[in-house]
Amino acid sequence: MRSFSYERATSPGAAAAAAAGTANAKFIAGGTNLLDLMKLEIETPAHLIDVNGLALDRIEETAEGGLRIGALVRNTDLAADARVRRDYGVLSRALLAGASGQLRNKATTAGNLLQRTRCPYFYDTNLPCNKRKPGSGCAAIGGFSRQHAVVGASEACIATHPSDMAVAMRALDAVIETVRPDGGTRSIPIADLHRLPGDNPEIETVLQPGELITAVALPKPVGGTQAYRKVRDRASYAFALVSVAAIVQPDGTGRVALGGVAHKPWRIEAAEAELPRGVKAVAARLFADAKSTRDNAYKLPLAERTLAAVLREART
Amino acid sequence: MRFEHPATFNPIDQLKVIGHPTNRIEGPLKTTGTAPYAYERHDVVANQAYGYVVGSAIGKGRIGSIDLEAAKAAPGVLAIVTADNAGKLGKGERNAAPLLGGPEIAHYHQAVAVVVAGTFEQARAAAQLIRIDYAKGDGKFDLAAERDNASTPDPKIGGPADTAVGDFAAVFAAAPVQLDATYTTPDQCHAMMEPHASTAAWDGDKLTVWTSNQMIAWGAEDMAKTLGIPKENVRLVSPYIGGGFGGKLFLRADVLLAALGARAAGRPVKVALQRPLMFNNTTHRPATIQRIRIGAERDGRITAIGHESWSGNLSEGEPDMAVSQTRLLYAGANRMTATRLAALDLPEGNAMRAPGEASGMMALEIAIDELADRLGIDPVALRITNDTQVDPEHPERHFSQRQLVQCLSDGAARFGWDRRNPKPGQLRDGRWLLGMGVAAAFRNNLLTKSAARVRLDQLGTVTVETDMTDIGTGSYTIIAQTAAEMMGVPLEKVAVRLGDSDFPVSCGSGGQWGGNNSTAGVYAACTKLRETIAQKLGFNSEQAVFADGTVSSGNRSVPLAHAAGDGDLVAEDAIEYGDLAKTYQQSTFGAHFVEVGVDADTAEIRVRRMLAVCAAGRILNPKAARSQVIGAMTMGVGAALMEDLVVDKRHGLFVNHDLAGYEVPVHADIPHQDMVFLDETDPISSPMKAKGVAELGICGVAAAVANAVHNATGVRVREYPITLDKLLDTLEID
Ligand SMILES: Cc1cc2nc3c(=O)[nH]c(=O)nc-3n(C[C@H](O)[C@H](O)[C@H](O)COP(=O)(O)OP(=O)(O)OC[C@H]3O[C@@H](n4cnc5c(N)ncnc54)[C@H](O)[C@@H]3O)c2cc1C
Ligand code: SF4
Repeated sequence: MRSFSYERATSPGAAAAAAAGTANAKFIAGGTNLLDLMKLEIETPAHLIDVNGLALDRIEETAEGGLRIGALVRNTDLAADARVRRDYGVLSRALLAGASGQLRNKATTAGNLLQRTRCPYFYDTNLPCNKRKPGSGCAAIGGFSRQHAVVGASEACIATHPSDMAVAMRALDAVIETVRPDGGTRSIPIADLHRLPGDNPEIETVLQPGELITAVALPKPVGGTQAYRKVRDRASYAFALVSVAAIVQPDGTGRVALGGVAHKPWRIEAAEAELPRGVKAVAARLFADAKSTRDNAYKLPLAERTLAAVLREART
Repeated sequence: MRFEHPATFNPIDQLKVIGHPTNRIEGPLKTTGTAPYAYERHDVVANQAYGYVVGSAIGKGRIGSIDLEAAKAAPGVLAIVTADNAGKLGKGERNAAPLLGGPEIAHYHQAVAVVVAGTFEQARAAAQLIRIDYAKGDGKFDLAAERDNASTPDPKIGGPADTAVGDFAAVFAAAPVQLDATYTTPDQCHAMMEPHASTAAWDGDKLTVWTSNQMIAWGAEDMAKTLGIPKENVRLVSPYIGGGFGGKLFLRADVLLAALGARAAGRPVKVALQRPLMFNNTTHRPATIQRIRIGAERDGRITAIGHESWSGNLSEGEPDMAVSQTRLLYAGANRMTATRLAALDLPEGNAMRAPGEASGMMALEIAIDELADRLGIDPVALRITNDTQVDPEHPERHFSQRQLVQCLSDGAARFGWDRRNPKPGQLRDGRWLLGMGVAAAFRNNLLTKSAARVRLDQLGTVTVETDMTDIGTGSYTIIAQTAAEMMGVPLEKVAVRLGDSDFPVSCGSGGQWGGNNSTAGVYAACTKLRETIAQKLGFNSEQAVFADGTVSSGNRSVPLAHAAGDGDLVAEDAIEYGDLAKTYQQSTFGAHFVEVGVDADTAEIRVRRMLAVCAAGRILNPKAARSQVIGAMTMGVGAALMEDLVVDKRHGLFVNHDLAGYEVPVHADIPHQDMVFLDETDPISSPMKAKGVAELGICGVAAAVANAVHNATGVRVREYPITLDKLLDTLEID
């Protein structure tokens, strides 16, 4: 870990301005991801801006009948919120499927969205990794890639985004609210927040330097049966091999988003239009451009089967 | 004390203290966080500095140059030790590769430097400033690719490489029912909670290391050899160990680097291997490829059994003896085993809980299940049919005790085995396909010399000192129970001091030999102390009765403490063994029963119920022994379903080198577990009549899981771990 300077931010705007005004600065929230990466010198910020003191830890109802989740709301609190449990069950379930109780007590909403990949080569600074060291190559391609992406990947990077929460939020059409260093705010649909790796896997979101997430807004409840199914090698405390967030309406229409298959939560609205034609058609659309490795080819049938199971259960 | 004849009635047989499910005597220290572990020995020496280990970035090759300038100039740095400035170093008897590498690199994350600084953070930051140029060499990292180049080793233990009885080839070829299948087991990591850790301090030319090590005498000896100093100048202290599973049997880099760092810095230094180093810097259970052939009559009797195994290691490493149990477990007149060793440049493969037995039983006990399938015979019945009460290679050698059949029958009844449908894929609970599996458990009982010293003081306290270790197993407690039983005092009157090379050399903890041998050593020392006491108090030592804190004979009774009225009485002795282990085969047995559910959609496998029935001699402390077995069953579930050190064959390392990537079972994976010990005392084993249990518990578990998965799905997976991707293709979608 490199030495760094540290400050406590006093307001969201000041935090963003400080981040933009200081070279190589980063926000720190729960620290459950950032600190691990700093210890291994995968992240080497020179300055940390602690956002924990900002009053962004509330869940409020919006004028539109939805919920605004503060960026600092802890995963545990979000999962337990009565309104979330009642109206956004998929989100509560996804959160509880992630990490461990202790980690969820620290992990924040914004930190969870921005957590970095769990590709093992990303974690070993001796090995090539374009995401960690642009231009060094991708050791996962041709290496151990059982966890890796089967769709939307590139020649430069085949990593997945590890968040469960984000997958549920994608199904809920959440909107990310930010404040920028100049004090301006903007709203980013979650579909646009995370990027595909392309030639620059080191750039993971559309957030600009210094841009602070202040909240995540959920549109008004859409009802339906909401499910989150996470498939993994052990029963708890493991990242998803494949996960499925689904919201199924009584008329058979619905939404599905998948985790563990791509560099971002994977949802294609056009695929949902195929729901009446059955799972095969949906999967065909979701994975039209799939490209797997020998190690992760199983994810394609697994995703389809998991989707089938979730839809079947949601309809009964 | 030499143990040459079967034990007769002795004070242990009173079972006033021995045989009771006593809580751990050191338990309160552990639950209150006050048991001092190696990295926390702030109490022992002042002014400790911190070492941070740098591991090699390549799997094979040479260091071209090392640039230490920036690191040396970093804040707080006191010293940096590399092979260049460490002075001449030897290599421990039990290390396959030097613990401090360079310029030659033997394996990935081999230590190449230790940075010593005033704080841990300073050491870590400086370590990351070291720049090393490597010349990458060509290494061999692929066991399957090297299989055909494997040579015939001369194994130090568990050998020979080839065994043969009768005419295996001909009888197998002619057998009416045959099985010929190949199984693979992956490299596995001990993944214990406490990493290797040491605090080292020099006093002149004398070195003391507070460390975490299972085998104190081996460690001290190899430390002296590595440093080239007399053994008397090395003291190792290891009273508490946060798990080892064989990973801490040997001197490892933490001890050496703490000592070298302390010498260079002129201050005591502590070093803990960072978690990411634990997987490639230390030892692991090597992967195997195993071919098993069994020929049987239609009634199930095995006529030919052959087991061949390939594993890989560094050139000075040993093979995994996966075939060893096949030599003894089942009857059959025609037999062969073969062990082959491929040269690999991966980190050193070495002992992990039930080395050889665990990997061998993973394969053999699937093979038996497959044979049962082919024969249309129940797998419990098939095992019973092929039971043997003698060593099949040397029929004149009997097992001292062998209750395998009882374990199987008793377990089958308790588990409800009769509810198993022999036809796979028939039972369902909602989305879960259910199946049951069985496997035999089998591990030998090993005898090793073990010494102890006992002291009686004027308060009547009995203090035991031995370099025996407690790796979480309960050694403190069973040793205290032994001394209490022998001296006729309550448990509270016994103090136990372990894990110090100043104490008499014990068997140490490994190979499930610790419990029986270390207590037998204490038995020997106590026997001597009883004689001294009797003499001192004027009793005939043959007739003196030691009970309730007194010594009595006839109607004369004297408090034990009086014997030490004018000074402590001390006795030291060791248990040493005669030929009984040659005359008899000593082993422990068990049966594992497992029920699994396999998700019909996703092929996720979850264990639902587990039962082990074990027969392992006298159980000195049923609570401690049970904990050992259920812990081993848990580890077996890991081996069956998830544990896999994945080799990157291009870069030559285990890639998933942290606890997020190397999965072991969590609580949610382990359902209802039960275990039962059958009544057994084995007078052939030692005066304690006890045997090992801690490794028995893992042997066969993974195969029982695999067999249950087969019963649930009809899919036979022969490559561990059994992960969902290996089932998915063959599971029909609803
Ligand atoms: C062992 C382990 C297992 C885990 N398992 C799972 C799992 O199964 N599923 C899962 O989904 N997750 C899992 N996680 C990840 C966990 O959810 C994340 O570590 C956590 O959500 C990160 O939140 P944090 O507040 O601690 O983020 P931090 O570590 O503080 O920050 C993460 C990143 O977000 C940035 N950041 C934080 N707040 C803001 C903000 N307001 N605006 C802009 N940028 C910000 C930081 O600069 C940093 O780059 C696991 C983590 C661990 C350590
Ligand atoms: S997949 Fe991405 S994160 Fe992993 S090694 Fe390749 S570039 Fe790095």
